[in-house]
Amino acid sequence: MQDEVLLQMRHIDKKFPGVLALNGVDFTLRKGEIHALMGENGAGKSTLIKVLTGVYRMDGGEITVEGEKISIHSPQDAQNNGISTVYQEITLCPNLTVAENMFIGREDGAWIKHKDYEKRADEILTRLNIPARSTQQLENCSLAVQQMVAIARAVDMKCKVLILDEPTSSLDDKEVNMLFTLMKDLKSQGVGIIFVTHFLEQVYEVSDRITVLRNGELVGEYLTEELPQVELVAKMIGKELDELMDLGETEEKEKKEAEVFYEAKALSSSDALPFDFSIRKGEVNGFTGLLGSGRSESVRAIFGADKVTGGDVKIKGKPVKITSPIDAMKNGIGYLAEDRKRDGIIAELSVRENIILALQVLNGMFKPISRSEAEAFADEYIKVLNIKTASRETPVGSLSGGNQQKVILARWLLTHPDYLILDEPTRGIDVGTKLEIQKLVLKLAEDGVSVTFISSEVEEMLRTCSRLIVMRDRHIVGELKGADLNQTKVMKTIAGGETENVEK
Amino acid sequence: MSKNKKKIFSGGLGQLTIPVVAIALLVIFNLIRDPSFFGVDLAHNNDGNIVLSGNLISIINGASELAILAMGMTLVTAACGGQDISVGAAAAIAGSVFVKVLKTSPEISGGKVLLAFICACIVAMIFGSFNGTLVAIFKIQPMIATLILYTCGRSIAYWINGGATPTLSSPIITAIGSFIPGIPIPTPVLIVIAMAIVFKLLFKFTALELFTQSVGINQSAARLNGINSTFIKLLSFIILGVCVAVSGSIGVSRLGLINHETLLLDVEMDTILAVAIGGNNLGGGKFKIGGSIIGAYVIQMLTITLYAMKVSSTDVKAYKAIVIILLVVIGSPVVKEKFGKFMSKLLENRSKETVKGA
Repeated sequence: MQDEVLLQMRHIDKKFPGVLALNGVDFTLRKGEIHALMGENGAGKSTLIKVLTGVYRMDGGEITVEGEKISIHSPQDAQNNGISTVYQEITLCPNLTVAENMFIGREDGAWIKHKDYEKRADEILTRLNIPARSTQQLENCSLAVQQMVAIARAVDMKCKVLILDEPTSSLDDKEVNMLFTLMKDLKSQGVGIIFVTHFLEQVYEVSDRITVLRNGELVGEYLTEELPQVELVAKMIGKELDELMDLGETEEKEKKEAEVFYEAKALSSSDALPFDFSIRKGEVNGFTGLLGSGRSESVRAIFGADKVTGGDVKIKGKPVKITSPIDAMKNGIGYLAEDRKRDGIIAELSVRENIILALQVLNGMFKPISRSEAEAFADEYIKVLNIKTASRETPVGSLSGGNQQKVILARWLLTHPDYLILDEPTRGIDVGTKLEIQKLVLKLAEDGVSVTFISSEVEEMLRTCSRLIVMRDRHIVGELKGADLNQTKVMKTIAGGETENVEK
Repeated sequence: MSKNKKKIFSGGLGQLTIPVVAIALLVIFNLIRDPSFFGVDLAHNNDGNIVLSGNLISIINGASELAILAMGMTLVTAACGGQDISVGAAAAIAGSVFVKVLKTSPEISGGKVLLAFICACIVAMIFGSFNGTLVAIFKIQPMIATLILYTCGRSIAYWINGGATPTLSSPIITAIGSFIPGIPIPTPVLIVIAMAIVFKLLFKFTALELFTQSVGINQSAARLNGINSTFIKLLSFIILGVCVAVSGSIGVSRLGLINHETLLLDVEMDTILAVAIGGNNLGGGKFKIGGSIIGAYVIQMLTITLYAMKVSSTDVKAYKAIVIILLVVIGSPVVKEKFGKFMSKLLENRSKETVKGA
């Protein structure tokens, strides 16, 4: 059954202002297969999915379903052509019953025939082994079951292509297994499933084929059994050497003699599993791993950004309690959040106000920084970091991404932290600014500031960090330093498994 | 050159443009209608004081309670992205407490008035923290959270004085409600000025403004910068509580009695309107207290103008609504953006012409 082509996307192009999000991407889905779509952030996975489901219009290329050329202009078109999507966040109505959710928006005739729907819903639920009753309120079901109801709805709409976008990210192991059983069931009924996920193990557990995208381009299509995990990672991350800059000798980066500034034992938060970690004064270390590996969650736990659930923390050998951002700040820790727009900038406030914010919080409510002082600080950092802004009074939201990031950097530098955590400071910003930020990190370390640096680009981390902590599936799986700090070793550790013969 | 012009212009089209233009239009309209409308006289009042009188004075005086409430409401709006609709009812409670304390003995001294006011303040702050707790800790939408006190507030006020509407007669109360002997400016106006100064000082000597705006614009980022957003929201409601106590006490002093049913009735809607006319985003974030104060005077001037035009009090509300719709639509982001584009185009053309001319 697996050779019958169900869906074919050919030479798909999608342009956004200034970016080519998809560049001639091909994708083929066969009947009765689970096909994993893989790639790091910005690789073009979600753009491809959105083109397929009619959220975006493609700028070039063609889509055929069962050999027939189709055009998709809206989500409705996609559905009529048998393409259904179940998103990461549940898009059903929690306050309606399971049956209502399965039939909402597709009633035939003016009257809602509750009894008929409930009967039909129960049939489908039984057929798919979904542990729910049709009359149950949806919000009373577990997340996994809600997810499955969404799938059941899609299946009942006679979908041929089912897209599952990160369906497992909020499920526990048992629930994931339930979902996988359902996926395999559907597969045996001839449905083609596109499975988008960040969890490598899950890809190897259920998928038949893997398509890898990187930077909006197709890297290749592979049979899962023929592609070792480490190669998959290499293909996802790519090996483009950023030859723009040589940041100097890596040997110097190690500082063994310096005292330990921060030390955590079994630190855990609502989002991070317990882990041990320490950093020396003037050291630059990195957390790496694929998205969803827990790297951000771990550093957020250090800063107290999520609810801290346990662990012993020492700063300069003295036990301290850090359960909230303000605790961390008082102990000399700064944190530049991963999501600049959501967790970083106060968009409508001026560059000046954004720069002084953290220092003002540290000073407290009753010691306001005077206007003239604030202006002096703002001017100083606009100059030092070369922030391109019309004036210090410009709302920070109107600056470019790179300059917004510099404003937030300025905010933390102004607090003169002893330990600065930078979570993806270089994401989505231009190469020039990236280099400036990397240089700044090294300069800070020279001045005795400890820095934790996270980046999706391994190259960047290798250049700046003297020690890399590697995470996979929410656990620390390795710590690399010295001679081990090379791309091959990093990828091997990220991918896991005992594969020794790695091609570079 | 054109760049400079644009900058000056966009600076001019700030938050205060709409309320200032509105007030200017109302003034011009009244001057055309009746040139003597804004005439201010010095006259002897019933107590024999020489005082200022005239429409302008009664507008500024009459808007006092509204202006004070609008200041507090601005802060709540900025921090919580929602409004407190219980201010009228809470003012009735505060006013009742004020009277209750004064009525404990027949003698009314200055110290006793101060004590009564402090009691009113404490009670209003407690009710403010009740609202604030629902909003900040239980994350209930402000309008729903304050609906509770809106519904039951006047009943509570009723109980405080046992259903009676006691009157107050004392020169001190008269001085608060109308004029202090020897000073020709109505006392409520002086209190508004004092409150405005208090807010100004509050923003100068604390970081409240920055923290409130940060919480209102981006709570998640504010939290990661160590700001306790729960505390900021709670604080905004408590500060509004103080404003409620001041307004309630003025209202009581003005009439010389407490009527829990009518004291500052329907003031909550005017208060919210004043904040909106002042160019403040009702969704929270950046704010200007000055805008809300002007907004309060716009509303009051509109009301008095309509009365002066012999519009019956039943019809006033309808006419008011028409003007307010206009103000709010003109102040909406959509119109502002269109207008801004239009003006910058105009400026561009003009600067092109200048170049040609040169």
